[in-house]
Amino acid sequence: MKERSIKRTIAEIIAWFVALVVFILPFLFMLLNSLKDRRGANKLALTLPETFEWGNYSKVLTENNFQVLRAFKNSFLLMILSVAVLVIFGAMAGYVLQRRSSKVTAFASTLLMIGLMIPASILPTIWVLQALHIYQTLFAMVMIEAALNFPFTIMLFRGFMDTIPRELEEAAMIDGCNKGQIFYKVVFPLLKPVTSTVIILNAVTIFNDFTNPLYFWPGTQNTTVQLTLYTYLGQYSSSYNMLFADVILITIPMLVLFLIFNKKIIDGMVAGAVKG
Amino acid sequence: MQKAVKPRARTGDSIYSYWFLVPAFVIFIVFFIVPMVISLYFSMTVWDFESSRFVGLDNFKTFLSTYSMSIGIKNTFIYAILTSGIKVILAFFIAVFLTGKIRSKNILRSIVFFPNLVSAIAIGIAFKALMHPTNGLINRGLALLGISGPDWLGNRNIALYSVIFTDIWKGLSIATVIYIAGITSIDQSYYEAAEIDGATGWQKIRYVTLPLTASSRNTVIILSFIGGLRSFELIWTMTGGGPGFATDVLASIIYKQYAQGYYGLSTAGNVIMLALTAILAFPLQAFLNRKEGK
Repeated sequence: MKERSIKRTIAEIIAWFVALVVFILPFLFMLLNSLKDRRGANKLALTLPETFEWGNYSKVLTENNFQVLRAFKNSFLLMILSVAVLVIFGAMAGYVLQRRSSKVTAFASTLLMIGLMIPASILPTIWVLQALHIYQTLFAMVMIEAALNFPFTIMLFRGFMDTIPRELEEAAMIDGCNKGQIFYKVVFPLLKPVTSTVIILNAVTIFNDFTNPLYFWPGTQNTTVQLTLYTYLGQYSSSYNMLFADVILITIPMLVLFLIFNKKIIDGMVAGAVKG
Repeated sequence: MQKAVKPRARTGDSIYSYWFLVPAFVIFIVFFIVPMVISLYFSMTVWDFESSRFVGLDNFKTFLSTYSMSIGIKNTFIYAILTSGIKVILAFFIAVFLTGKIRSKNILRSIVFFPNLVSAIAIGIAFKALMHPTNGLINRGLALLGISGPDWLGNRNIALYSVIFTDIWKGLSIATVIYIAGITSIDQSYYEAAEIDGATGWQKIRYVTLPLTASSRNTVIILSFIGGLRSFELIWTMTGGGPGFATDVLASIIYKQYAQGYYGLSTAGNVIMLALTAILAFPLQAFLNRKEGK
């Protein structure tokens, strides 16, 4: 027995070593280098900075006429609006899809299945946006993020509806609630656990999205945080301190989210992945 | 006042109005399904956003016969198969370890999980620096062991595999977490029974854990396979498809053709990606589900 526990401890120490080297080191490396001056950072060494250049961070935020700050504003706006659309309309759709089974709901579910698997058709989407005269607008970007994340979101809501008894809705109806009230006053509050999963998953996906803003929201005023990273990669390819400072700044919101909701996020990701 | 409740309404479907489907599905159909359908037409044209000229299957012929584009199909296959194959194996063993009797498993799980929240662009930038041929930490580490490391992203024979490695690093977390969920839901009595029969630790993994995590495994395969077919962000940040066309995949070619104004070719690439997903992913899922059902 004793030998086994020693073996286990050794395995655990090795696991820690591997986890630190493989998963922590890359972030530590960026953090340290983001605080160096340009010459120091370009050596790409894993050493403490000689002097801590905290100014790199304010420089990143104010550079190019506050481009990164504007990008943060855009990214948060996009994230909040898209998540709101996804939660409200997604919950409504998931509710009816689970409660009714008919040709209409079967067809709707097939469409969602296609949406889960098939990648977006990019240029034809731009064509549609131009036809509607909304290309390069925040509104269009919200619609795109919503459309691409609806399949997953609706599936999650539909799956969770299974656990809510119909009797509640019937009771509410007898009490005189109309269809809308039944949903918003009775059903929607009961969806809270899956709603928080949906919020977290979509917030992370949309905040980290690069491809869709790249195609559908071009223009210097519209830049999102991930796009600034890409711009920096070209602009500051020989100033790794600035590049890494931008990376760290952009990762902080996700880190904060993770530290607060650690378990919730992991559980949510699993629920999401398994349902999908 | 409220009308009397009809019996049909109490048990029937009428309280679940189809109107509830409308907002979500209007958005989904207008911004996803419609573009998907018209992409079939535009892929057979030479077009800009104002006008189009029908050319039949010319775009597909050009795509498949031009090296700089057809290589993308091959690379996409390699990328999707390797990333999903390696993730599904590695993540299984990490999950088995992290569900074992170790004290700090919660912290370790969090550490493994965190990369999943970091954007692909940020991770691409980090690994591009780590894989720098002379200054990068990876080659410095290898130098300490007396090995002179290659130019990970500059050598056309290994660049694709370097990006695949990074993709696995990023994607392992979610795969591991899915497996952990599967393993923790296995009834403990299976392990007890195996122990009574005198099974060793390895045998328990092989004959209990492995078969009973089939549905987690299928989820990991499908998710990473579909993700692999459409992968773009890591490749675009780390190599931009280069050196030459060595790491170009379908998604990066779609972007390049678009940036150069070849909208028809770009759309054709998009349709090829769509077709590959439909031809491969749907049957793969059906196959895995059937196996799971047995």
